[in-house]
Amino acid sequence: MRRKFLSSKQKLKGWKEMEMGGTISTPGSSVDFKVGEFRTIQRPVIDLSRCTKCYICWAECPEPCIYRKEDGFVEIDYDFCKGCGICAEDCPVKCIHMVPEAE
Amino acid sequence: MKQKSVALVGDQAVAHAVRQSNVDLIAAYPITPQTIIVETLNEFLSNGELSARYINVESEHSALSAVIGGSLAGGRTFTATASQGLGLMQEVLYVASGLRCPIIMAVTTRAMSAPINIHADHSDVMGSRDAGWMQIFCENVQEAYDLTLMAFRLAERDDVLLPIMVNLDGFLISHTMEDLKILEDSVVSEYLPPRVASLKLDPERPMTFGSFALPDYYTEFKRQQVEGIENALRAAPEEWKRFEALSGRKYTVTRPHFMDGAEIALVSMGTSAGTARYAASKMREDGLKVGALSVRLFRPFPSEEVKKALVNVNVIVVMDRTVSFGAYGGPLFNEITPLLYGTNDSPTIANFIYGLGGRDVTWRMMVDATEIALKKKKTGEKIPKAQFLGVRE
Repeated sequence: MRRKFLSSKQKLKGWKEMEMGGTISTPGSSVDFKVGEFRTIQRPVIDLSRCTKCYICWAECPEPCIYRKEDGFVEIDYDFCKGCGICAEDCPVKCIHMVPEAE
Repeated sequence: MKQKSVALVGDQAVAHAVRQSNVDLIAAYPITPQTIIVETLNEFLSNGELSARYINVESEHSALSAVIGGSLAGGRTFTATASQGLGLMQEVLYVASGLRCPIIMAVTTRAMSAPINIHADHSDVMGSRDAGWMQIFCENVQEAYDLTLMAFRLAERDDVLLPIMVNLDGFLISHTMEDLKILEDSVVSEYLPPRVASLKLDPERPMTFGSFALPDYYTEFKRQQVEGIENALRAAPEEWKRFEALSGRKYTVTRPHFMDGAEIALVSMGTSAGTARYAASKMREDGLKVGALSVRLFRPFPSEEVKKALVNVNVIVVMDRTVSFGAYGGPLFNEITPLLYGTNDSPTIANFIYGLGGRDVTWRMMVDATEIALKKKKTGEKIPKAQFLGVRE
Protein backbone atom coordinates (compact mmCIF):
# COMPACT_ATOMS: atom_id res chain seq x y z
CA MET A 1 0.00 0.00 0.00
CA ARG A 2 1.63 3.27 -1.06
CA ARG A 3 1.91 5.79 1.71
CA LYS A 4 0.38 9.15 0.72
CA PHE A 5 2.41 12.31 1.34
CA LEU A 6 1.53 14.25 4.49
CA SER A 7 -0.04 17.27 2.82
CA SER A 8 -2.60 15.21 1.01
CA LYS A 9 -3.88 13.91 4.31
CA GLN A 10 -4.05 17.14 6.33
CA LYS A 11 -5.96 20.09 4.88
CA LEU A 12 -3.64 23.07 4.27
CA LYS A 13 -4.73 26.59 5.26
CA GLY A 14 -4.95 29.57 2.90
CA TRP A 15 -2.99 32.79 3.55
CA LYS A 16 -6.00 34.64 4.92
CA GLU A 17 -6.69 32.11 7.66
CA MET A 18 -3.08 31.57 8.70
CA GLU A 19 -1.67 33.49 11.63
CA MET A 20 0.59 36.33 10.52
CA GLY A 21 4.32 35.86 10.28
CA GLY A 22 4.22 32.26 11.41
CA THR A 23 3.09 33.18 14.91
CA ILE A 24 1.45 30.35 16.79
CA SER A 25 -0.65 31.99 19.44
CA THR A 26 -1.92 28.90 21.25
CA PRO A 27 0.57 26.70 23.04
CA GLY A 28 0.70 22.93 22.70
CA SER A 29 -0.34 23.09 19.08
CA SER A 30 1.85 20.18 18.07
CA VAL A 31 -0.81 17.85 19.49
CA ASP A 32 -2.90 18.54 16.38
CA PHE A 33 -0.05 17.59 14.09
CA LYS A 34 -0.17 13.83 13.55
CA VAL A 35 3.53 13.10 13.24
CA GLY A 36 2.74 9.40 12.96
CA GLU A 37 2.33 10.05 9.28
CA PHE A 38 6.12 10.46 8.98
CA ARG A 39 6.41 6.76 9.80
CA THR A 40 7.38 5.09 6.57
CA ILE A 41 9.62 2.18 7.45
CA GLN A 42 8.40 0.19 10.42
CA ARG A 43 5.95 0.19 13.31
CA PRO A 44 6.17 -1.49 16.74
CA VAL A 45 3.77 -4.31 17.57
CA ILE A 46 3.51 -5.56 21.16
CA ASP A 47 2.86 -9.25 21.93
CA LEU A 48 0.76 -8.69 25.04
CA SER A 49 0.83 -12.40 25.95
CA ARG A 50 4.51 -12.06 26.83
CA CYS A 51 4.46 -8.49 28.24
CA THR A 52 5.53 -8.31 31.92
CA LYS A 53 4.22 -4.74 32.48
CA CYS A 54 7.68 -3.49 33.38
CA TYR A 55 6.83 -0.12 31.69
CA ILE A 56 10.31 0.35 30.32
CA CYS A 57 8.84 1.00 26.85
CA TRP A 58 6.42 3.53 28.37
CA ALA A 59 9.30 5.36 30.07
CA GLU A 60 11.71 5.26 27.12
CA CYS A 61 9.41 6.33 24.27
CA PRO A 62 10.75 9.75 23.18
CA GLU A 63 7.47 11.09 21.81
CA PRO A 64 5.98 9.83 24.23
CA CYS A 65 3.20 7.85 22.56
CA ILE A 66 2.97 4.73 24.71
CA TYR A 67 0.22 4.93 27.30
CA ARG A 68 -0.67 2.80 30.31
CA LYS A 69 -4.17 1.40 30.19
CA GLU A 70 -6.47 0.65 33.11
CA ASP A 71 -5.85 -3.06 32.80
CA GLY A 72 -2.17 -2.45 33.39
CA PHE A 73 -1.00 -3.18 29.86
CA VAL A 74 0.40 -0.53 27.51
CA GLU A 75 -0.88 0.66 24.15
CA ILE A 76 0.85 2.56 21.36
CA ASP A 77 -0.79 5.62 19.79
CA TYR A 78 0.13 5.15 16.13
CA ASP A 79 -1.00 8.70 15.26
CA PHE A 80 2.18 9.90 16.93
CA CYS A 81 4.56 6.93 16.72
CA LYS A 82 7.46 7.68 14.35
CA GLY A 83 8.77 4.12 14.32
CA CYS A 84 12.11 4.82 15.96
CA GLY A 85 12.27 1.35 17.51
CA ILE A 86 13.52 2.37 20.97
CA CYS A 87 10.67 0.46 22.64
CA ALA A 88 11.57 -2.76 20.82
CA GLU A 89 15.26 -2.21 21.54
CA ASP A 90 14.72 -1.73 25.30
CA CYS A 91 12.05 -4.35 26.02
CA PRO A 92 13.71 -6.82 28.42
CA VAL A 93 11.59 -9.78 27.27
CA LYS A 94 11.68 -8.75 23.60
CA CYS A 95 7.91 -8.87 23.19
CA ILE A 96 7.89 -5.80 20.93
CA HIS A 97 8.71 -6.38 17.29
CA MET A 98 9.29 -3.81 14.55
CA VAL A 99 7.09 -4.81 11.64
CA PRO A 100 7.55 -3.27 8.17
CA GLU A 101 5.01 -0.48 7.65
CA ALA A 102 4.23 -1.71 4.19
CA GLU A 103 2.36 -4.72 5.63
CA MET B 1 -1.89 73.86 17.37
CA LYS B 2 0.99 75.42 19.23
CA GLN B 3 4.41 74.38 17.93
CA LYS B 4 7.94 75.38 18.86
CA SER B 5 10.26 76.90 16.26
CA VAL B 6 13.76 75.48 16.63
CA ALA B 7 16.93 75.13 14.61
CA LEU B 8 18.29 71.59 14.51
CA VAL B 9 20.32 69.31 12.31
CA GLY B 10 18.41 66.42 10.77
CA ASP B 11 19.81 63.83 13.18
CA GLN B 12 18.72 65.90 16.17
CA ALA B 13 15.26 66.31 14.68
CA VAL B 14 14.92 62.53 14.40
CA ALA B 15 16.10 62.15 17.99
CA HIS B 16 13.49 64.63 19.19
CA ALA B 17 10.77 62.74 17.35
CA VAL B 18 11.90 59.51 18.98
CA ARG B 19 12.09 61.18 22.39
CA GLN B 20 8.48 62.25 22.13
CA SER B 21 7.19 58.99 20.74
CA ASN B 22 6.79 56.82 23.87
CA VAL B 23 9.43 54.45 22.53
CA ASP B 24 10.19 51.43 24.71
CA LEU B 25 13.48 50.14 23.39
CA ILE B 26 16.36 51.59 21.42
CA ALA B 27 19.35 49.54 20.36
CA ALA B 28 21.82 51.06 17.95
CA TYR B 29 25.43 51.03 16.88
CA PRO B 30 27.04 54.28 15.84
CA ILE B 31 28.00 54.93 12.22
CA THR B 32 28.59 58.22 10.45
CA PRO B 33 26.37 60.11 9.66
CA GLN B 34 23.79 58.70 12.07
CA THR B 35 25.93 59.22 15.16
CA ILE B 36 24.22 62.42 16.25
CA ILE B 37 20.91 60.53 16.48
CA VAL B 38 22.27 58.06 19.03
CA GLU B 39 24.33 60.69 20.85
CA THR B 40 21.32 62.97 21.24
CA LEU B 41 19.11 60.09 22.36
CA ASN B 42 21.69 59.19 24.99
CA GLU B 43 21.75 62.80 26.19
CA PHE B 44 17.98 62.64 26.60
CA LEU B 45 18.26 59.36 28.47
CA SER B 46 20.89 60.63 30.86
CA ASN B 47 19.09 63.89 31.64
CA GLY B 48 15.77 62.14 32.12
CA GLU B 49 13.95 63.67 29.15
CA LEU B 50 13.52 60.18 27.73
CA SER B 51 12.78 57.05 29.66
CA ALA B 52 13.30 54.03 27.47
CA ARG B 53 15.50 50.96 27.56
CA TYR B 54 18.72 51.54 25.64
CA ILE B 55 20.97 48.62 24.78
CA ASN B 56 24.52 49.40 23.71
CA VAL B 57 25.05 46.61 21.22
CA GLU B 58 28.26 45.43 19.60
CA SER B 59 27.12 45.67 15.97
CA GLU B 60 24.23 46.63 13.73
CA HIS B 61 23.35 42.96 13.33
CA SER B 62 22.82 42.84 17.08
CA ALA B 63 21.02 46.17 17.07
CA LEU B 64 18.32 44.93 14.76
CA SER B 65 18.16 41.56 16.48
CA ALA B 66 17.66 43.28 19.82
CA VAL B 67 14.84 45.49 18.59
CA ILE B 68 13.15 42.51 16.97
CA GLY B 69 13.11 40.89 20.39
CA GLY B 70 11.75 44.07 21.94
CA SER B 71 9.14 44.42 19.25
CA LEU B 72 7.98 40.84 19.72
CA ALA B 73 7.70 41.54 23.44
CA GLY B 74 5.16 44.19 22.48
CA GLY B 75 7.40 47.24 22.66
CA ARG B 76 7.75 50.26 20.42
CA THR B 77 11.27 50.09 19.07
CA PHE B 78 13.75 52.26 17.21
CA THR B 79 17.15 51.90 15.66
CA ALA B 80 19.26 53.87 13.21
CA THR B 81 22.05 53.10 10.80
CA ALA B 82 23.61 53.81 7.41
CA SER B 83 25.68 52.24 4.66
CA GLN B 84 27.78 49.30 5.88
CA GLY B 85 25.73 49.18 9.07
CA LEU B 86 22.60 48.53 7.03
CA GLY B 87 24.65 46.04 5.08
CA LEU B 88 25.58 44.22 8.25
CA MET B 89 21.89 44.05 9.21
CA GLN B 90 20.95 42.46 5.89
CA GLU B 91 19.96 39.00 7.01
CA VAL B 92 18.00 40.32 9.96
CA LEU B 93 16.06 42.81 7.81
CA TYR B 94 14.15 39.92 6.27
CA VAL B 95 13.51 38.44 9.71
CA ALA B 96 12.04 41.73 10.95
CA SER B 97 9.60 42.00 8.09
CA GLY B 98 8.79 38.29 8.06
CA LEU B 99 7.97 38.37 11.76
CA ARG B 100 5.85 41.50 11.21
CA CYS B 101 7.72 43.70 13.67
CA PRO B 102 6.77 47.40 13.37
CA ILE B 103 10.32 48.66 13.92
CA ILE B 104 11.25 52.23 12.97
CA MET B 105 14.73 52.66 11.57
CA ALA B 106 16.21 55.97 10.56
CA VAL B 107 18.73 55.55 7.76
CA THR B 108 21.03 58.47 7.05
CA THR B 109 21.63 57.41 3.47
CA ARG B 110 25.29 56.90 2.78
CA ALA B 111 27.32 55.32 0.01
CA MET B 112 28.27 51.69 0.34
CA SER B 113 31.99 50.91 0.49
CA ALA B 114 34.25 50.13 -1.28
CA PRO B 115 35.84 52.56 -1.64
CA ILE B 116 34.94 54.04 1.73
CA ASN B 117 32.72 57.08 1.43
CA ILE B 118 30.61 58.60 4.16
CA HIS B 119 28.47 60.90 2.06
CA ALA B 120 24.92 60.93 0.73
CA ASP B 121 24.06 58.20 -1.74
CA HIS B 122 21.10 55.84 -1.98
CA SER B 123 23.07 52.64 -2.53
CA ASP B 124 22.56 51.48 1.05
CA VAL B 125 18.77 51.67 1.13
CA MET B 126 18.34 50.56 -2.46
CA GLY B 127 20.28 47.44 -1.67
CA SER B 128 17.51 46.56 0.78
CA ARG B 129 14.52 47.43 -1.34
CA ASP B 130 13.27 43.86 -1.49
CA ALA B 131 13.61 43.13 2.22
CA GLY B 132 9.93 43.82 2.91
CA TRP B 133 10.50 47.11 4.74
CA MET B 134 8.51 50.24 3.93
CA GLN B 135 10.73 53.12 2.81
CA ILE B 136 10.16 56.87 2.96
CA PHE B 137 12.54 59.52 1.62
CA CYS B 138 12.77 62.86 3.45
CA GLU B 139 13.72 66.06 1.69
CA ASN B 140 14.69 68.26 4.63
CA VAL B 141 14.96 68.49 8.41
CA GLN B 142 11.27 69.24 8.98
CA GLU B 143 10.37 66.09 7.04
CA ALA B 144 12.90 64.07 9.01
CA TYR B 145 11.05 65.04 12.20
CA ASP B 146 7.51 64.74 10.82
CA LEU B 147 7.98 61.51 8.88
CA THR B 148 9.68 59.78 11.83
CA LEU B 149 6.65 60.49 14.01
CA MET B 150 4.26 59.33 11.33
CA ALA B 151 6.34 56.21 10.70
CA PHE B 152 5.53 54.85 14.15
CA ARG B 153 1.79 55.11 13.53
CA LEU B 154 1.98 53.68 10.03
CA ALA B 155 4.10 50.68 10.99
CA GLU B 156 2.03 49.69 14.01
CA ARG B 157 -1.32 49.61 12.23
CA ASP B 158 -2.92 46.16 12.35
CA ASP B 159 -3.46 46.22 8.60
CA VAL B 160 0.23 46.94 7.98
CA LEU B 161 2.43 45.67 10.88
CA LEU B 162 5.71 46.01 9.00
CA PRO B 163 9.04 47.69 9.74
CA ILE B 164 9.88 51.00 8.08
CA MET B 165 13.02 52.89 7.03
CA VAL B 166 12.89 56.65 7.28
CA ASN B 167 15.62 57.78 4.90
CA LEU B 168 17.38 61.11 5.32
CA ASP B 169 20.32 61.99 3.09
CA GLY B 170 23.61 61.71 4.91
CA PHE B 171 25.12 65.08 5.84
CA LEU B 172 22.72 66.88 3.52
CA ILE B 173 19.94 66.44 6.07
CA SER B 174 21.61 64.64 8.96
CA HIS B 175 24.21 67.35 9.62
CA THR B 176 22.49 70.36 8.07
CA MET B 177 20.90 72.81 10.42
CA GLU B 178 17.52 74.08 9.35
CA ASP B 179 14.65 75.73 11.12
CA LEU B 180 11.68 73.52 11.83
CA LYS B 181 8.58 73.34 13.97
CA ILE B 182 8.33 70.79 16.73
CA LEU B 183 5.03 69.68 18.24
CA GLU B 184 4.50 69.83 21.97
CA ASP B 185 5.36 66.69 23.95
CA SER B 186 1.76 66.27 25.12
CA VAL B 187 0.41 66.51 21.58
CA VAL B 188 2.77 63.81 20.35
CA SER B 189 2.01 61.68 23.40
CA GLU B 190 -1.63 61.73 22.46
CA TYR B 191 -0.86 61.06 18.80
CA LEU B 192 1.47 58.21 19.76
CA PRO B 193 0.15 56.59 22.94
CA PRO B 194 2.21 53.65 24.32
CA ARG B 195 2.07 50.64 22.02
CA VAL B 196 -0.42 47.89 22.80
CA ALA B 197 0.47 44.79 20.81
CA SER B 198 -2.16 42.10 20.47
CA LEU B 199 0.25 39.23 19.89
CA LYS B 200 3.45 39.37 21.93
CA LEU B 201 5.87 37.34 24.04
CA ASP B 202 4.14 37.07 27.39
CA PRO B 203 4.76 34.52 30.14
CA GLU B 204 1.06 34.70 31.03
CA ARG B 205 0.05 33.73 27.51
CA PRO B 206 2.75 31.63 25.84
CA MET B 207 3.10 31.85 22.07
CA THR B 208 5.56 30.85 19.41
CA PHE B 209 7.24 33.48 17.23
CA GLY B 210 9.67 32.59 14.49
CA SER B 211 8.43 29.15 13.52
CA PHE B 212 9.62 27.00 10.66
CA ALA B 213 7.63 26.86 7.43
CA LEU B 214 8.07 24.04 4.95
CA PRO B 215 7.54 24.51 1.20
CA ASP B 216 3.85 23.90 1.65
CA TYR B 217 3.43 27.04 3.79
CA TYR B 218 6.18 29.58 3.11
CA THR B 219 4.50 31.10 0.06
CA GLU B 220 1.35 31.95 1.97
CA PHE B 221 3.32 33.87 4.62
CA LYS B 222 4.93 35.95 1.91
CA ARG B 223 1.49 36.60 0.40
CA GLN B 224 0.44 37.98 3.80
CA GLN B 225 3.42 40.33 3.72
CA VAL B 226 2.45 41.58 0.28
CA GLU B 227 -1.02 42.35 1.60
CA GLY B 228 0.46 44.26 4.53
CA ILE B 229 2.83 46.40 2.51
CA GLU B 230 0.23 47.14 -0.14
CA ASN B 231 -2.22 48.20 2.57
CA ALA B 232 0.32 50.92 3.35
CA LEU B 233 -0.53 52.56 0.02
CA ARG B 234 -3.90 53.38 1.53
CA ALA B 235 -2.75 53.64 5.14
CA ALA B 236 0.08 56.16 4.63
CA PRO B 237 -2.16 58.93 3.25
CA GLU B 238 -4.65 58.23 6.07
CA GLU B 239 -1.96 58.60 8.74
CA TRP B 240 -0.51 61.67 7.04
CA LYS B 241 -3.92 63.30 7.00
CA ARG B 242 -4.22 62.73 10.74
CA PHE B 243 -0.82 64.39 11.18
CA GLU B 244 -1.85 67.33 9.02
CA ALA B 245 -4.62 68.11 11.52
CA LEU B 246 -2.00 68.40 14.29
CA SER B 247 0.78 70.16 12.44
CA GLY B 248 -0.79 71.98 9.54
CA ARG B 249 1.74 70.30 7.24
CA LYS B 250 0.46 68.22 4.37
CA TYR B 251 2.24 65.13 3.09
CA THR B 252 1.45 63.02 0.04
CA VAL B 253 3.09 59.89 -1.37
CA THR B 254 4.57 61.97 -4.18
CA ARG B 255 5.24 65.69 -4.31
CA PRO B 256 4.40 67.21 -7.70
CA HIS B 257 5.66 70.62 -8.78
CA PHE B 258 4.41 72.26 -11.98
CA MET B 259 3.26 68.82 -13.11
CA ASP B 260 -0.06 70.04 -14.52
CA GLY B 261 0.31 70.10 -18.28
CA ALA B 262 4.03 69.31 -18.02
CA GLU B 263 5.63 67.91 -21.16
CA ILE B 264 8.92 67.17 -19.43
CA ALA B 265 9.30 65.78 -15.91
CA LEU B 266 12.28 65.49 -13.56
CA VAL B 267 11.74 62.57 -11.18
CA SER B 268 13.93 62.18 -8.10
CA MET B 269 13.96 61.30 -4.40
CA GLY B 270 15.48 62.84 -1.30
CA THR B 271 17.24 66.18 -1.06
CA SER B 272 17.85 66.64 -4.77
CA ALA B 273 14.09 66.85 -5.28
CA GLY B 274 14.34 70.45 -4.14
CA THR B 275 17.03 71.11 -6.71
CA ALA B 276 14.83 69.48 -9.33
CA ARG B 277 11.98 71.85 -8.46
CA TYR B 278 14.32 74.80 -8.84
CA ALA B 279 15.65 73.46 -12.15
CA ALA B 280 12.08 72.97 -13.39
CA SER B 281 11.15 76.54 -12.43
CA LYS B 282 14.24 77.91 -14.22
CA MET B 283 13.47 75.92 -17.37
CA ARG B 284 9.88 77.15 -17.27
CA GLU B 285 11.26 80.70 -17.46
CA ASP B 286 12.79 79.66 -20.79
CA GLY B 287 9.44 78.44 -22.01
CA LEU B 288 9.96 74.71 -21.48
CA LYS B 289 6.97 72.99 -19.90
CA VAL B 290 8.96 71.23 -17.20
CA GLY B 291 7.62 69.81 -13.97
CA ALA B 292 9.30 67.99 -11.09
CA LEU B 293 8.02 64.92 -9.27
CA SER B 294 9.49 63.85 -5.96
CA VAL B 295 8.73 60.30 -4.84
CA ARG B 296 8.34 60.33 -1.06
CA LEU B 297 7.02 56.83 -0.41
CA PHE B 298 9.30 54.37 -2.21
CA ARG B 299 8.18 51.08 -0.64
CA PRO B 300 5.45 50.31 -1.30
CA PHE B 301 5.91 52.07 -4.62
CA PRO B 302 2.92 54.32 -5.36
CA SER B 303 2.49 52.99 -8.87
CA GLU B 304 -0.93 54.48 -9.49
CA GLU B 305 -0.02 57.99 -8.42
CA VAL B 306 3.25 57.97 -10.35
CA LYS B 307 1.62 56.58 -13.47
CA LYS B 308 -1.12 59.18 -13.28
CA ALA B 309 1.42 61.97 -12.88
CA LEU B 310 3.59 60.81 -15.76
CA VAL B 311 1.20 59.26 -18.27
CA ASN B 312 0.84 62.42 -20.34
CA VAL B 313 4.46 63.51 -20.08
CA ASN B 314 6.56 63.12 -23.25
CA VAL B 315 10.05 63.28 -21.82
CA ILE B 316 10.80 61.85 -18.40
CA VAL B 317 14.17 62.41 -16.75
CA VAL B 318 14.55 59.82 -13.99
CA MET B 319 17.39 60.49 -11.58
CA ASP B 320 18.87 57.72 -9.50
CA ARG B 321 21.31 58.37 -6.70
CA THR B 322 22.75 54.87 -6.97
CA VAL B 323 23.85 52.37 -9.57
CA SER B 324 22.13 49.06 -10.03
CA PHE B 325 25.22 47.31 -11.39
CA GLY B 326 24.57 45.27 -14.48
CA ALA B 327 20.99 46.50 -14.83
CA TYR B 328 19.78 48.58 -17.74
CA GLY B 329 18.82 51.40 -15.42
CA GLY B 330 18.75 52.45 -11.79
CA PRO B 331 16.16 51.43 -9.17
CA LEU B 332 13.80 54.37 -9.69
CA PHE B 333 13.96 53.90 -13.45
CA ASN B 334 13.16 50.21 -13.01
CA GLU B 335 10.08 51.07 -10.92
CA ILE B 336 8.75 53.73 -13.28
CA THR B 337 9.37 52.35 -16.76
CA PRO B 338 7.04 49.31 -16.59
CA LEU B 339 4.21 51.57 -15.45
CA LEU B 340 4.35 53.46 -18.72
CA TYR B 341 4.63 50.38 -20.91
CA GLY B 342 1.88 50.21 -23.46
CA THR B 343 0.53 53.69 -22.80
CA ASN B 344 -0.66 55.57 -25.82
CA ASP B 345 2.34 57.73 -26.67
CA SER B 346 5.24 55.88 -25.11
CA PRO B 347 7.37 58.60 -23.60
CA THR B 348 11.13 59.01 -23.73
CA ILE B 349 12.47 57.90 -20.37
CA ALA B 350 16.07 58.96 -19.82
CA ASN B 351 17.78 57.63 -16.73
CA PHE B 352 20.67 59.49 -15.11
CA ILE B 353 22.92 58.29 -12.32
CA TYR B 354 23.94 61.25 -10.18
CA GLY B 355 25.23 62.34 -6.80
CA LEU B 356 27.11 59.16 -5.95
CA GLY B 357 29.20 59.30 -2.81
CA GLY B 358 27.80 62.70 -1.95
CA ARG B 359 28.78 64.41 -5.21
CA ASP B 360 26.84 67.62 -5.59
CA VAL B 361 24.14 67.81 -8.23
CA THR B 362 23.38 71.35 -9.37
CA TRP B 363 20.28 72.65 -11.08
CA ARG B 364 22.44 73.33 -14.15
CA MET B 365 23.38 69.65 -14.30
CA MET B 366 19.68 68.81 -14.29
CA VAL B 367 19.18 71.24 -17.18
CA ASP B 368 21.98 69.38 -19.02
CA ALA B 369 20.22 66.08 -18.32
CA THR B 370 16.98 67.49 -19.71
CA GLU B 371 18.76 68.63 -22.86
CA ILE B 372 20.23 65.17 -23.35
CA ALA B 373 16.79 63.65 -22.86
CA LEU B 374 15.28 66.02 -25.41
CA LYS B 375 18.00 65.06 -27.92
CA LYS B 376 17.14 61.36 -27.37
CA LYS B 377 13.51 62.13 -28.03
CA LYS B 378 14.47 63.77 -31.33
CA THR B 379 16.41 60.70 -32.46
CA GLY B 380 13.51 58.47 -31.45
CA GLU B 381 15.46 56.59 -28.77
CA LYS B 382 12.68 55.89 -26.26
CA ILE B 383 14.58 54.24 -23.42
CA PRO B 384 18.28 54.95 -23.66
CA LYS B 385 20.57 53.07 -21.33
CA ALA B 386 21.24 54.77 -17.99
CA GLN B 387 24.12 57.21 -18.12
CA PHE B 388 26.17 59.01 -15.52
CA LEU B 389 25.51 62.67 -14.95
CA GLY B 390 28.77 64.43 -14.28
CA VAL B 391 31.36 61.66 -14.51
CA ARG B 392 34.87 62.61 -15.60
CA GLU B 393 35.81 60.50 -18.59
